Amino acid sequence: MSVAHYFETMDYGPAPESDAEARAWLSKHDRGFRHFIGGQWVNGKSHFDTLEPATAKVLAKLSQGSNSDIDAAVKAARKAQAGWAKLGGHGRARYLYALARLIQRHARLFAVIESLDNGKTIRETRDLDVPLAARHFYYHAGWAQLQETEFADYQPVGVVGQVIPWNFPFLMFAWKVAPALALGNTVVLKPAEFTSLSALFFAELAEQAGLPPGVLNIVTGDGDTGAALVKHKDVDKIAFTGSTEVGRLIRKETAGTGKSLTLELGGKSPYIVFDDADIDGAIEGLVDAIWFNQGQVCCAGSRLLVQEGIAEDFIARLKARMAKLRVGSPLDKAVDMGAIVDKVQLERISALVKQGIAEGAQCYQSPGAATDKGFFYPPTLLTNVHPASTVAREEIFGPVLVTMTFRTPDEAVMLANNTRYGLAASVWSETIGLALDIAPKLQAGVVWVNSTNLFDASAGFGGYRESGFGREGGREGAYEYLKLKAWAKRKARPASKPLPAAKAKADAGLPMIDRTAKLFIGGKQARPDGNYSRPVLSPKGEILGEVGEGNRKDIRNAVAAARGAEAWSKATAHNRAQILYYIAENLSGRRAEFAGRVAAMTGSRMAAAQAEVDAAIKRLFTYGAWADKFEGDIHTPPLRGLALALKEPIGVAGIVCPDEAPLLGFISLVAPLIAMGNRVVAVPSERHPLAATDFYTVLETSDVPAGVVNIVTGDRLSLTKTLAEHDDVDALWVFGSDKASAEAERLSSSNLKRTLVDHGLATDWFDPAQAEGPVFLRQATQVKNVWIPYGE
Amino acid sequence: MSVTVLPLAKSGHNALPRNEGMKLALDVIDDIRLNFPAAERRIAALPGRRSVKKDAQAAWLLKAITCIDLTTLSGDDTVARVERLCAKAKNPVRADLLEALGMADRRITTGAICVYHRFVATAVEALQGTDIPVAAVSTGFPAGLVPHDVKLREIEASVADGAREIDIVITREYALTQNWQALYDEMRDFRAACGDAHVKAILATGDLKTLRNVAKAAMVCMMAGADFIKTSTGKETTNATLLVTLAMLRMIRVYQSLTGFKVGFKPAGGISAAKDILNYQVLMKEELGREWLEPDLFRIGASSLLADIERQLEHHVTGRYSAFNRHPVG
Repeated sequence: MSVAHYFETMDYGPAPESDAEARAWLSKHDRGFRHFIGGQWVNGKSHFDTLEPATAKVLAKLSQGSNSDIDAAVKAARKAQAGWAKLGGHGRARYLYALARLIQRHARLFAVIESLDNGKTIRETRDLDVPLAARHFYYHAGWAQLQETEFADYQPVGVVGQVIPWNFPFLMFAWKVAPALALGNTVVLKPAEFTSLSALFFAELAEQAGLPPGVLNIVTGDGDTGAALVKHKDVDKIAFTGSTEVGRLIRKETAGTGKSLTLELGGKSPYIVFDDADIDGAIEGLVDAIWFNQGQVCCAGSRLLVQEGIAEDFIARLKARMAKLRVGSPLDKAVDMGAIVDKVQLERISALVKQGIAEGAQCYQSPGAATDKGFFYPPTLLTNVHPASTVAREEIFGPVLVTMTFRTPDEAVMLANNTRYGLAASVWSETIGLALDIAPKLQAGVVWVNSTNLFDASAGFGGYRESGFGREGGREGAYEYLKLKAWAKRKARPASKPLPAAKAKADAGLPMIDRTAKLFIGGKQARPDGNYSRPVLSPKGEILGEVGEGNRKDIRNAVAAARGAEAWSKATAHNRAQILYYIAENLSGRRAEFAGRVAAMTGSRMAAAQAEVDAAIKRLFTYGAWADKFEGDIHTPPLRGLALALKEPIGVAGIVCPDEAPLLGFISLVAPLIAMGNRVVAVPSERHPLAATDFYTVLETSDVPAGVVNIVTGDRLSLTKTLAEHDDVDALWVFGSDKASAEAERLSSSNLKRTLVDHGLATDWFDPAQAEGPVFLRQATQVKNVWIPYGE
Repeated sequence: MSVTVLPLAKSGHNALPRNEGMKLALDVIDDIRLNFPAAERRIAALPGRRSVKKDAQAAWLLKAITCIDLTTLSGDDTVARVERLCAKAKNPVRADLLEALGMADRRITTGAICVYHRFVATAVEALQGTDIPVAAVSTGFPAGLVPHDVKLREIEASVADGAREIDIVITREYALTQNWQALYDEMRDFRAACGDAHVKAILATGDLKTLRNVAKAAMVCMMAGADFIKTSTGKETTNATLLVTLAMLRMIRVYQSLTGFKVGFKPAGGISAAKDILNYQVLMKEELGREWLEPDLFRIGASSLLADIERQLEHHVTGRYSAFNRHPVG
């Protein structure tokens, strides 16, 4: 090629980034790598190849982590944890700061290694992955520094097992490691088998920087290695980013173990363009949404929803834009897309697109994007797709955009939310009122207004629904690596004494007028579907009354009623506060009656029972107070604009109440959920349900809208299972039984509902430090970050 | 990679059909939407997405030279000054450098010479025997606040003196008060007064401030028959930027889809470094296409840019960094 040639063609020509330094680093290691355990480099017994996706050639050999490697790493992390925590916030801040600086000093080498190993473009690793990774270490150095003052009631979780994906190997490494280490945890991390090199490079530098041995351990390997980590008994928490399928397995595997869990999973994120949008701007956004990182992005805007009136024009302009995309060597500084990570992924993408076409989709692909070697796939647009199409429902995890149209804002929201996922969404409109009206209606953890794929350490990232739970980044993300000191002190609940045989209450004279407690569903007292009842006994075995034996169908009806009471979630916080106070007022009017009931059921003294009612009234006041004060935040990411962290209700929550404190336990669980706008289906204490069933008449007189609180009495374990399996229940809180806790966690995997369980540990419901406040409110809400760049 | 060889446009001789304009369509103007942060993001990302190196870079810089409207618009301009500039326009790059670049047989000249009316005849005379057109700034440049009939007479006088291109300035007041009809009528008259001379409409984007104002004014001027839309006079506090360029290029694209006419673009003022002009070229190519890299659809209003390009070309040939004094001044 000559100057004259380019003068005529005005082609770009090659613009390669040198990979000499990166290859020298590989050679220095003889292209073979070890685990990093307890500050030592430990060779694996077996090895596997990691490839360069752009050429399909072997890049290096990695150690395959065995069970004993994982065990050694967990032991090393355990050994180091107390000392790391004791180092204090400032001490850890210094280390985190050093690590951030170290990433910046070696930024280009990180970028090139990452590009070689993953196939993503040097442009992205250089301009996005690596700087953001450094930013996460800086940001979390800050939380370490502030930990003692800002998180005084919390302590580190302990040893954290982290399993990360191959799409953003180093960025995900930073998202996981920085907050964990900052807040006093130690880490065993398993990188993705396709892309382990940047993590190993980091470990090498961290070792040189003097990070204490055992604080950060890296064991490379495949899914089996990850499974060994997840199953390890001495791991306190698992943090996973990856597919929803594996996330479900991890949820089941960790159920009942007491391990805390955060999952950041898949998505099928909508990209909504209204007819008053900047069309060219929105199209440029799409390039960043779906052709960013070859579309291998969990929050990729992969479902384009365009308003009908502009659809034809939009698609025509989009195709013209696609024709300009350049696919090629990831190390070329003038390409838009690099290589797909592996042959397996390439085949999956290709198969899904073929299936889409077989189902009637029309396929447009960027011309001239084919490359003969390596794993490449062209930017792809599928039109004539419908919500029922496989390609509209399944996460493709490749550069494939599907498109549908909508007529009205309502329909846009409906289509956007018509998915099991809920990770991210983009909204394009030049009308501020429209954009800000739509954002809260979208079931997604992140909403970008007139933008897409913006990330920052200060704004929590994470999903709704089957996109997982937990946040990474921001204050909201810091809590994921902390546990409440008051909860850490909880002890196993003593086994309750078996009840004596039932006997009728000795009574002379006229029989009492029968008062049979019913279920309370959709604002109405309802007979149980099965028409069976169960007796409620005093500690002496006297029959105090009977309650309905709720079954599956009663739960179904109650969930349907709760789902229907959606207006509660949209009610003003002031309105919800008023109603909580009103409930407290009406309960206080019946203080003596409720105290009598509690005393009769539990056998406690009247004074203690009165204290429980008083505590319940106080707790209602607490949540009435919080209802309009547990507010969102405004993050300050480095951009001209706002990132609003909205605290939104989760939706429909199941509650299974403990036997201790039958009234106060029930109130302590119901009140925070409804204060935050959730609707609940509560299963009262199995043994002492009458305080809760008496309570529905308090609800009836307190202006609580129908369906906001539903009460189903019956067998704890079977009702827990039904709630846990129910795919229209968004959250489930189970207190009172280790067995029910485990079942709740295990069965929640079907829709990945958020769970809060006590694992059979007894809560002192009279102690505000462990029984009320923000720790419950955080569980009753999910954070949605709405990014609003502005400027004119 | 396919090689499309376009006919080399002779400088200034626009081989394309002229923009005939269309009726003022206010609904089109009303529908213009431009999201500022999204535009910023596009511009911020572009240098990272495209890179032109080595031989390709030398070729692109030579191409840029063929698009330069080599300009002098100073109160102290004289006949000799304009003649010197014309000499440079005819031979913008040292012959030995062109030889080394394998481009000796190409007739590399600048796209045009751009002067005030007073020096049109001088420049036409100096450029005799070349195809380099003379452009005149007009209509009360730079503020554009002389009486309308005076503006028309100024255009006619420049055309009579041999100017083949007229760079007019719009009345900013019309854009700032959204008086699109007045802007359209004014531009219509300018176009008519130009006759066969091509007309470039200077929007003075630095005065219009918002991208939406810029985009709307650009669209109105194209509807009224502008052959080129141009960013600035070089006298505003902010002159050409990639952001306003993006807004204007997108309007050119919309206008083409409405009418089929291809309108040219001219950034002016503030572009003085070779690496800057590469970004403009990339933006032209990405937003509009290959055709918009040739002088019949792309001009660059610049005076000092050429010298920096010459240094870069010498660096490409010798591998050593060059100095200004090694290249003849214009």
